[in-house]
Amino acid sequence: MTFRQYLVLAGVTVFAASGDSLLSVGMKQVGQISFHRLPAMILAFLNPYVGFGILLLLAFFACYMAALSWADLTYVLPATSLGYVLVALIAKFGLHEQVSTTRWIGILLISGGVGFVATGPSRTDVRQPATKRDPIADPVSSRVAP
Amino acid sequence: MKDVYTWAGIVAVVVTSVTGDVLLSKAMKQVGDVGQLRRGIGTLRVVGRVLRNPIFLLGVFVMALSFYSLLFGLSWGDVSLVAPAAASLTFVGNAVAAKLFLHERVDRRRWIAALLVAGGVLLLAA
Repeated sequence: MTFRQYLVLAGVTVFAASGDSLLSVGMKQVGQISFHRLPAMILAFLNPYVGFGILLLLAFFACYMAALSWADLTYVLPATSLGYVLVALIAKFGLHEQVSTTRWIGILLISGGVGFVATGPSRTDVRQPATKRDPIADPVSSRVAP
Repeated sequence: MKDVYTWAGIVAVVVTSVTGDVLLSKAMKQVGDVGQLRRGIGTLRVVGRVLRNPIFLLGVFVMALSFYSLLFGLSWGDVSLVAPAAASLTFVGNAVAAKLFLHERVDRRRWIAALLVAGGVLLLAA
């Protein structure tokens, strides 16, 4: 995996988390949407937080599509799920919400899953040049002797 | 009755989200490695290729359905149930669908990772 590809995966994570957070701040300012206030929702993007949040989410989508063009879906999704952790951290330190012990354990589990998948191969639907055997994914006991 | 509609919304989100992701992944694999393409034919041409791919357009449409399913689910149930339930089930659903439709080798490592993340997301919502 090249440095640039790692940057793209990082972009998926960071842009999704920051875009969603800004969207959240902006939409709280716009106020609750109802039928009577439909024009408010359509014009919501004029709110600077919402507008910038949308730009960040566009960047997320571009990075996400780029990653899917060279990696498996089942690689990209866990590898970028640090976004969940990032949103929780932004909520705690940016918006001063309380984060319970259960949530911290959840964060640990997600980080574990991310690290686990990121150290494996990124593309498995087409044959890649021969690489070292992955002892976790392909334990010897499951292989039939030739 | 409220619970039925809430879970119907959650199932709809999961099914459409998984379908959309599989379609988008398939479309992007058809276009090819955009990093390499970009160096060859330029970013604008690559974007054009992506936007003209019919599977990509179908994928975007299905993702839009997913968004509206989310709104439907949220109108009946709490976000603290709908969002993490949908997210965790989508993770596992994506692993199954990728194996079946994208022919990705979902090995033990990826199953473990999917379960860890799904569990973690559930706890985040607790």
